[in-house]
Amino acid sequence: MSMFRFGILFPATALCLIASVGQAQAQHPNLGRPLTDDEVRKLDITVAPDGNGLPAGSGSVSAGAKVYAEKCQSCHGAKGQGGPMDQLTGGIGTLASAKPVKTPVSYWPSATTIFDYVRRAMPLQSPESLTDDEVYAVTAYLLSIDKVVPEDAVLDAKSLSQVKMPNRDGFVRWWPVPKR
Amino acid sequence: MENRGRAKRDASSRKTSSGNGQFDRRTLLRAGALAAGMAGMGAGIARAAESIGADAPDWMKTPGRSFSTYGMPSHWQEKVQRTVAFLPGRPGTGTSRTPLHLLEGTITPNGLHFERHHNGVPDIDPSRHELVIHGLVKRPLAFSIETLMRYPMESQIHFVECSGNSGSFNQPEPQQATAGGLNGLLSCSEWSGVRLATLLQEAEPAREAKWVVAEGADAAAMSRSVPLEKCLDDAMIALYQNGEAIRPEQGYPMRLLLPGFEGNMNVKWLRRLKVMDQPVNARDETSHYTELMPGGKARQYMFLQGVKSAIIKPSFGMNMKGPGFYEVSGLAWSGAGRVSKVEVSSDAGKSWTPASLAAPVLSKALTRFRLAWQWDGRPVTLMSRATDEKGEVQPTRAAWVSQYSPVQFYHFNGIQGCRIEADGTVKHVYV
Repeated sequence: MSMFRFGILFPATALCLIASVGQAQAQHPNLGRPLTDDEVRKLDITVAPDGNGLPAGSGSVSAGAKVYAEKCQSCHGAKGQGGPMDQLTGGIGTLASAKPVKTPVSYWPSATTIFDYVRRAMPLQSPESLTDDEVYAVTAYLLSIDKVVPEDAVLDAKSLSQVKMPNRDGFVRWWPVPKR
Repeated sequence: MENRGRAKRDASSRKTSSGNGQFDRRTLLRAGALAAGMAGMGAGIARAAESIGADAPDWMKTPGRSFSTYGMPSHWQEKVQRTVAFLPGRPGTGTSRTPLHLLEGTITPNGLHFERHHNGVPDIDPSRHELVIHGLVKRPLAFSIETLMRYPMESQIHFVECSGNSGSFNQPEPQQATAGGLNGLLSCSEWSGVRLATLLQEAEPAREAKWVVAEGADAAAMSRSVPLEKCLDDAMIALYQNGEAIRPEQGYPMRLLLPGFEGNMNVKWLRRLKVMDQPVNARDETSHYTELMPGGKARQYMFLQGVKSAIIKPSFGMNMKGPGFYEVSGLAWSGAGRVSKVEVSSDAGKSWTPASLAAPVLSKALTRFRLAWQWDGRPVTLMSRATDEKGEVQPTRAAWVSQYSPVQFYHFNGIQGCRIEADGTVKHVYV
C-alpha cells in the first residue's frame, strides 16, 4: 500500500485503489507498536547537514581544547595531527595532489558530521559518554585548529549548521546512478 | 598436447590459447564417465585366511564418537580460518576475511563470513532490542524480534561485499596474498527475514520521503543513508543466515540486507530507520567509501558493487603439481543482477574462452565458474573477466586505476591475474 501515490491518480481510479488498499491493509500484519514522540526523541541521534537533529546546548573552542586534551589526544595526537589513530586536522588543499591527506577538516563536506560521529561513536572506549555541550566544544576546537572557525567561536545548533567546510563543494552525488 | 583422442570432438567445446595449454569445458563430464567405468574392477580378490580388517584403516575398526548438539568442522580442517586484522590495541576495529581459497561452491559457512566491525561485536539481548521506524512517516513504529517473527518471511541468496574489498589493487605492486587475502571481504549466504517494504508501508512514508538513515546498535552506532527506493524494492530485515539465527558477527538479532549494495550499508545490529528527505553525510559515507578522483573531487553515494570476478583456483599459494589436468575455477558477481558470462584468458587477454557457470546463477549472488584445463607446463598468466546481465563488463585494472586519485581503493572491480611459472609456483600479477 503506497499512500504517497494517491496524488497522481484520478478520482475514479483512487476509489478502486481504496478498495484494494483495504485488502492490502488486511493482508498486512500491522503488528508494530506505535511510538510516542517522547520515545522517538530519546532514540533519534541523527544529525543532518542542514542542522536538523542538532540538540540544544553549546561549546566554545577553549572548552573543547580541554575536552580534547583529556579524552581525544591520546589517540589522535596534539591538535589532531594524528597518531596512533586517524589524523583529524590539516590536509586542506591536498585532495588533488598525488598524496591527498583526507581529514575531517580537509575532506568532510559538512561540519554536522563531526558532531554526529563524535556524539555516537567517540571516544572509542566509552562512546555516547560526552555531553552535548562537550561535543559542540570539541567540534569547535577541531575546526579552530585550521581556522575554519575563529579562536573565540562558540558552536550551537545554529552556528554549527552554518559552518562552511573547506571541501563543501567537493562531492559529486552518484545516486541516482547517472545514465550513460 | 598428448590428448590425441580428443581431436575428433566438436571444435566448439575446446579452445586453445597461445600454446599454454588447452581449455575444455567438457573434460569433467568424460572424466566422470571414465571413473564410473573403472568402478568394481578390484572385486573378487581372495582373502581366505585373514579378516578384511587387516587392510582397513583404524576408523573402520572401532566405533566412532557419539552425537553432538552443534556440529563442528573436522579437526583436519582446522586451518580453514578467517584471517583477522585489527588496529593495534583496538581489537574491535578491523576486519576478518573469508578464506575463499579454502572453500568451494558459493555459500559461505556462517563461521567464515567476513567481518568488518567499527567498535566490536555487541552482545545484544534480543528481548531488549527493537527495530524502530520513524521520521517522515505517518505512524512511527517499533518492532520486537518476537513481532517480526510473525511477519511473512522470504529467503534470498545474496553476496555481501565490503566496499574496501580488493583494496590492495590500488598499490603499484601486486600484493602476494591468497585469494582470500586479496578478495575475502566477500561472502554469500541465504538470508531469511521480512521484506523491509512491508514494514515501511505500515509506517506510511510521507510524500517528501526520499532517504532512510539506518543505524546499528553497536558501540559505533554505525549509520548510513539508504535511498528509499531501495528500501521499497528488495531490501530485507534479515533474521536468519543459512537457516540459523543470524550470527553476532553478522548483526544478531537482525541486519539490514540491501542486495548488491556495498557491504557497509547492510547495517548490522539494526535498531533504527529514520525516514528523511535528504541523506545525512554520515561519517561512513564521507570519510569512507567515497571515491576521490584525480582532480580532487569525490564521488559520493556509489552504492552498487560493480561486476567482478576472480580466479580462486589456481591462485597465490596453490602451487601446481606438474603439467596435466587442472580445473580453473573462481567466483563472479555483480551488484546489478545476474552474471551472464565469465571468460578466461591465458594469453594476456588476446583471446578469451567462456567458462561454464555453475547453476544456479542468481541475481546479486556469487556465481561459481569452472573451466577444465590441460596445463602444458609452460609459464602462463591466467585472468578472468565477468559480464553481467546489464551488459557491464569488468574493466582492466589500468582502466579502473586511471579514474581515481592514487589513494582511492574502494570499489575495486578490475580484472585480476595470476602467473604460473614453469616450476609450478603461482604468483599474483597485474595484467
